[in-house]
Amino acid sequence: MRAVDAVMECLKAEGVDVVFGLPGGANLPTYDAFVGGGIRHILVRHEAGGGHAAEGYAKATGKVGVAFATSGPGATNLITPICDAMMDSVPVVFITGQVRTELLGTDGFQEADTIGITMPVVKHSFMIQSPQEIPRAIHEAFHIARTGRPGPVLVDIPMDLSRAEIDYEPVTDVHLPGYQPRVEGNQKQVRQAAKALAAAQRPVIYAGGGVVNANASEGLIEFATSDRFPVTCTLMGLGAFPAPHDQWLGMLGMHGTRAANYAMDEADLICAIGARFDDRITGKLSEFAPRAKFIHIDVDPAEISKNVPAHIPIVGDAKHVLAKLVIEYRAIGADPARLAAWWTRIEGWREKYPLGYEDSPDAEIKPQFMVQALHEATGGQAIVTSDVGQHQMWAAQYYDFPAPRRWINSGGLGTMGFGLPAAMGAAIGCPDQLVCCIAGDGSVQMNAQELATCAQNNIPIKVFIMNNGYLGMVRQWQELFWDGKYSHVDTGEFPDYVKLAEAYGATGLRFEDKATLVEDMKRAIATDGPVLVDVRVTREENTYPMIPAGQAAREMVG
Amino acid sequence: MGEPGTKATLSLAELEAATSMRTGRKHVLSILVENKSGVLTRIAGLFARRGFNIDTLTVGPTDDDQVSRVTLTVDGALHPIDQVTKQLHKLINVLKIRDLEPADTVARELALFKVAADGVQRGELMQIAEIFRGKVVDVTKRAVIIEVTGTTDKIEAFEGMVRPFGLIEMMRTGEIAISRGRSET
Repeated sequence: MRAVDAVMECLKAEGVDVVFGLPGGANLPTYDAFVGGGIRHILVRHEAGGGHAAEGYAKATGKVGVAFATSGPGATNLITPICDAMMDSVPVVFITGQVRTELLGTDGFQEADTIGITMPVVKHSFMIQSPQEIPRAIHEAFHIARTGRPGPVLVDIPMDLSRAEIDYEPVTDVHLPGYQPRVEGNQKQVRQAAKALAAAQRPVIYAGGGVVNANASEGLIEFATSDRFPVTCTLMGLGAFPAPHDQWLGMLGMHGTRAANYAMDEADLICAIGARFDDRITGKLSEFAPRAKFIHIDVDPAEISKNVPAHIPIVGDAKHVLAKLVIEYRAIGADPARLAAWWTRIEGWREKYPLGYEDSPDAEIKPQFMVQALHEATGGQAIVTSDVGQHQMWAAQYYDFPAPRRWINSGGLGTMGFGLPAAMGAAIGCPDQLVCCIAGDGSVQMNAQELATCAQNNIPIKVFIMNNGYLGMVRQWQELFWDGKYSHVDTGEFPDYVKLAEAYGATGLRFEDKATLVEDMKRAIATDGPVLVDVRVTREENTYPMIPAGQAAREMVG
Repeated sequence: MGEPGTKATLSLAELEAATSMRTGRKHVLSILVENKSGVLTRIAGLFARRGFNIDTLTVGPTDDDQVSRVTLTVDGALHPIDQVTKQLHKLINVLKIRDLEPADTVARELALFKVAADGVQRGELMQIAEIFRGKVVDVTKRAVIIEVTGTTDKIEAFEGMVRPFGLIEMMRTGEIAISRGRSET
């Protein structure tokens, strides 16, 4: 059969049910194979939208997302999603067309060195040199993307090779001698960790996106409640531990709660699980958790002791390690009473510094209120995606996520324009769930073109733009740290989002009244098909609390 | 300070401090890789983006044609080397890495020296070459080319000796290294 037909067979064998992509010259053969190929394909309007949709699909379902693009500009448009998937450990396979082999290196039409350009931001990539390699490369790409620390894998297929006839035989094994992720966790190390936890007076569990990736949420809950361990999650880990919960401290980091950040600051033992001590978590590294010893559980050995030296390193995935840790910890029979003083301290912070904001005296919608209203309108049960900026932080703070894979955002790379296409991908992956996007007015237009995709395919995402007419987070930093001198952050009232939505064939709405917001949102959610809502919020509101960049948790303001 | 978002200006000294690398002993990393296209680029790219300088790098075949060996030397204190080897291990085509202990390793490099030498100087140069067990591989009226094999220290010592004669050019391969004893590197 043709190599491209084998590509379809490989995708089916990998359980792929949808591909996001856009055809062009160099992947014409592949697109020919989509006709009657048995794989659903969603035609996106920009390759970046396709890439982020594949990420949203992967994050919502836990399966590998797939995005296709042609050579040259098609592939370069994928760079942002690829890099985003790398930073947030999202399993996505990208398959790009390439110019035919005789043109390689000649600056042929729509030629770009896709493998070279993407090399720093992929988990791995395959440059196809013979058509017979294609099935194995695709199979191995899926294996690499989904196992160990997940990540993006790219397969670049020159056009002439994709048209070749090959003997297709299903590939059932992988031959990757240099790739053997360790997931189990060393038993002795786990025992050490259990002992340290049993002896700790002021422990904190600091859980990240690795818990979500490993589907280890239940294990985390079981472990945390096997004693009364306080739990905080990173931006990527939200939902891994249910909020609210009496052991839940809230998110930690730059815009985390005081209870979480102060607990980290005073902890004598921090148990990091699938988290990587990012600078948005640690603030000033030299003053980060100065009294603590660290247990660090991560499937990626390179994360351990990268930023903060671990006293008890455990290489393994969260699911396997937590299962062992619970058994070891229970066997010790630690006395929960030892944590009483610690909880008194934590309760003190919780009472004194709850998350809060000053509500408006009139109809004006405060951005925090908007998130709370969405929580109410959705019963707290929606999958929520976001872009990047103030709205993202407010969504993280005020939408209590009760379960993993409900909160989908761009954490590491901080990609504006992520939310709308990610919602599209999540909605296709989870057709029975409500998918909402809390978008920023600065971000949403970066991939608003995908509204056309949603309208054409009746993908019923509900996008709520938190519209303050500013690039809000940049404005906040200019206000706080650059003497209030605003430089190019005012986006005005452009475009008219209601008209924009209608032009795309979606429903456009505008909400401006606090009193009716919850009901209005329910109405938007009940509307069929994609809906874009322009929610006018307070123009100048700051995201608090905040650890100013490069400072210690103790220096929180607001 | 040091945070790009804040208004405080950075002095050049601070910038330099922020980018300077810890230096420690020289490390010789012996890396077995799958013999596939792009592997060297992946390794070199990894070093560049993580901010490590490669002092020398050699690549060559092994007794198995599916596998190549990369030998590279880097300067760094223990902590960053640990990080570099872990990052290298993440490359799918990297099969095995050894941070070779100098005492348990035989390391060699080959160097070619083109030295100005007319008449009387030539004899003296040849004597020096002999002491270093070097070989004269080309002689013309105005210059000689000497081949020297050995450890980096020896090559550098030889360079110091011939430089006063007028060193026209020097080329070095970079070190290759093999572990002592029966076990494989």
